[in-house]
Amino acid sequence: MTLDQMKPGDECRIVKIDIQGITGQRMLDMGFIPGTAINVIRNAPLMDPIDIKIKGYMVALRRSEARAVEVNPS
Amino acid sequence: MNKSSNEIVVALTGQPNAGKSTIFNALTGARQHVANYPGITVEKKTGTYRFNGHKTIVIDLPGTYSLTSYTQEERVARNFLLHDKPSAIIDVVDASNLERNLYLAFQLAEMGISMAISLNMMDVAQQRGLTINTKQLSNELSVPVVPTVGNKGTGIKDLREVIEQISKDKNASQPSLHLNYGKTLEPVLARIEKHLSEDMVISTHYPMRWLALKLMENDAEAQRLVRKHAKNKENILGNVTRERELFQTEQKQTAEQAIAIRRYEIAGGIVGRCVKREKEEEQTLTDRIDRIVCNRVTGPIFLAGILFLLYYLTMKIGGEYITPWAWKYWAMLRDVIANLLPAEGLIRSLLLSGIVDGVFAIMNYLPIFLILFLLIAILEDSGYMARIAFIMDRALRAFGLHGQSTLPMILGGVVMGGCAIPGVMATRAMKDQKARITTIMIIPLMNCMAKVPLYILLVSIFFKNHQAIMLWFMSLITLCIALIVASVMNLTILKREESEPFILEMPPYHLPTITGVVRRAIERTWLFVKKVITIIIAVAIVVWVFITFPGISNEKIAYYDGEANKFTEMFIEKTGEDNPYAKLLIGSGLKEFGQYWDRYKKQRMSTKNKNALKEKFNKENPEFFKIVNRGKGIDGKKDKQAKKIYGAYKKLDKKLKRLSIIRRKEVVYVSFAGRFGRFIEPVTKFAGFDWKTNIALASSFAAKENLIATLGTIYSVGNVTSGETLAKSMEEDTSETWTPLHALALMLFVALFPPCIATLIMIRVETKSTRWMLFATIYPIILGFIIAIIVFQGGQILGLTAIQVMIFLSIFIFTILTAIYFMGGRPAAMKIE
Repeated sequence: MTLDQMKPGDECRIVKIDIQGITGQRMLDMGFIPGTAINVIRNAPLMDPIDIKIKGYMVALRRSEARAVEVNPS
Repeated sequence: MNKSSNEIVVALTGQPNAGKSTIFNALTGARQHVANYPGITVEKKTGTYRFNGHKTIVIDLPGTYSLTSYTQEERVARNFLLHDKPSAIIDVVDASNLERNLYLAFQLAEMGISMAISLNMMDVAQQRGLTINTKQLSNELSVPVVPTVGNKGTGIKDLREVIEQISKDKNASQPSLHLNYGKTLEPVLARIEKHLSEDMVISTHYPMRWLALKLMENDAEAQRLVRKHAKNKENILGNVTRERELFQTEQKQTAEQAIAIRRYEIAGGIVGRCVKREKEEEQTLTDRIDRIVCNRVTGPIFLAGILFLLYYLTMKIGGEYITPWAWKYWAMLRDVIANLLPAEGLIRSLLLSGIVDGVFAIMNYLPIFLILFLLIAILEDSGYMARIAFIMDRALRAFGLHGQSTLPMILGGVVMGGCAIPGVMATRAMKDQKARITTIMIIPLMNCMAKVPLYILLVSIFFKNHQAIMLWFMSLITLCIALIVASVMNLTILKREESEPFILEMPPYHLPTITGVVRRAIERTWLFVKKVITIIIAVAIVVWVFITFPGISNEKIAYYDGEANKFTEMFIEKTGEDNPYAKLLIGSGLKEFGQYWDRYKKQRMSTKNKNALKEKFNKENPEFFKIVNRGKGIDGKKDKQAKKIYGAYKKLDKKLKRLSIIRRKEVVYVSFAGRFGRFIEPVTKFAGFDWKTNIALASSFAAKENLIATLGTIYSVGNVTSGETLAKSMEEDTSETWTPLHALALMLFVALFPPCIATLIMIRVETKSTRWMLFATIYPIILGFIIAIIVFQGGQILGLTAIQVMIFLSIFIFTILTAIYFMGGRPAAMKIE
């Protein structure tokens, strides 16, 4: 599954990041590391971007970017 | 950089939202200087302080999550550390977010500069139930760790002491924090390092382990360094490529992934050992606020409320109360300057109506700017900015904009009555260069305060029965056109600009500090004043020359002077020689009285305390006072003779003013501007503009306020400041030639017309590019002209009324917009490499 398929309230763990270049690097820099737990908090009013909690802080990302994050629901 | 023996240069680094600027302010106090790094838009803040007799220079580097070469900020921070070689790095670390912040600290340590950590926001960490063992943290990292609370100034003295220590024994204390990247990476790094160390230039100038890591990460800037300096560059780079490929096939992941994973592993380990969580994580205040503020239903309502408040405080309170109040002082200042200038003639006219009035027209906006910048700083520091971007992103992204474009567009005047200047300046917070330039380019299409009076004027004449609808139409149509322009630009000329992923941290809410907010607001206002004043002066001179020269012929001048003399003589005759006051008004007395009269009238309008004013003027000249007070002395005694003079002078004054307007009108007609306006009339008439309109449009280039003023001059109205009289006289003057269609075409053209000079200057400042500035000047003219022609010609040929044209245009533009929204929303966003 990918992160954009998760619903608010879902919890999951990152399996891998399927994107390179600036977006992939930024994700790594911000702690999107395999094995890391993610809580999906909410959708924006127009359903996109999504707001998630990772490594104790909140971050918003667009669904197009969330699609590159492969996750395991837990 | 100049480094004298007892001068220390310290670089301040840190991740966004770690409170770096509070530490910077606490360290340096008021001694700060803001500039830009050459050629780019990243701010360079420098501050100084003295400690134990040493002068310490603090460079506030941009906040970054990492030190890659993907973004401008990261390149700036990195290049400074690499090439300017500061004595020390102070890394500001968010104690409540330690793991992610250590990730950056590791990379800084690898740059081979003495370093200390300012463990900031200790109070927030405590509130969240985190206890941090700073001693152990310092041991694990092998760098000094100073606990601080930037906005309260806690720990700053300790920090200064540490800075002095680590900068002093520079050679002795190279950071000994050495990250072990594990058994798969270390051998590779060692091989590359060895290879690099064989090169003389590289090995003496750059930290080699750092360079080896960056090359493995496939960092473009690091490769450029090697290509620039290394002798056998091909060999080195070829080798690195092979190592990378080999690593990737063996490990099933890229080297940059492996490196980042390892860094987080180590950071996680350190956090586990140094941080104790005393209570289970519960709902923080931020979480509770966000549940309302980011909610699907209440979020947008709250946002609308905030934006309305912003609008209300600046435009209503700032515009309607503070600006007139401040204007009194500006006007006083202007009068002081006016009195210093030579009494009459061209020089006075140039200095006063050209330069002084030009500058003051802009200064008039300063109170609004200051309020606006204060409010923006509050929004920025509170953390709400990120939420605005979160709520608005989906709607704006479809057009190549960004969630962060919201505020700049609102400031520019999406609804009615903004200002492009703060709008353009507010784009500074946007990191995505592509979206930022797009935003800057469309802000001038919004409806700024100076465009609105013209709309109201034309609407009140030509669309009497549909005033409100027309104003709504104007603000909607400009927004729609702006969005279309944005998406077209995004797919064409902006295609290759640097874009950034939307991965936006939602920082915890903070109560902004007063000093921080005030400081930033003043900084921005000052930046505007500094940049704009000089250029406004130059432009004001040019505009003045164009509407003043070559001037009317000598015969004409003689004619007007003769007429004026005739009026004056008639006045003297009329008053009669036996009138005791007549003596006072002969020769220079008349002029003196004229000034007295004008001053009295002006001050009477602006003061509430009429009696005090009367006292004052009576004291100054009791005879004059009796005249201006309609023949009544201060004691209330009536004086028939004085009253007679009052009536006669009033008539004279009116006649002279009318004469000077006719004269002025003729000057404009024969001026260069007038010639130009008539010269391009054959072309502009397709859009329905005659030469008068052309002149007004040309003069509005300096400041949009000129539009109404120039129309006022040309349409010969006594009081150009009062919209009503202008409306009346335009109505009389234009009733035969103008149709509502003319008015609609003109309004649309003005809506899209190039930004004023001040805005163009700020565009130059914010984009660092003259080409963008020129583009922002030219494209609106072309676009506006095309739309005006379509409206005017289309309406005439098809025989439609202005309202019908308006409806057709709205449907047309709205259709395009909808198509872009649904097409642009999906596929474009999926295209990520």
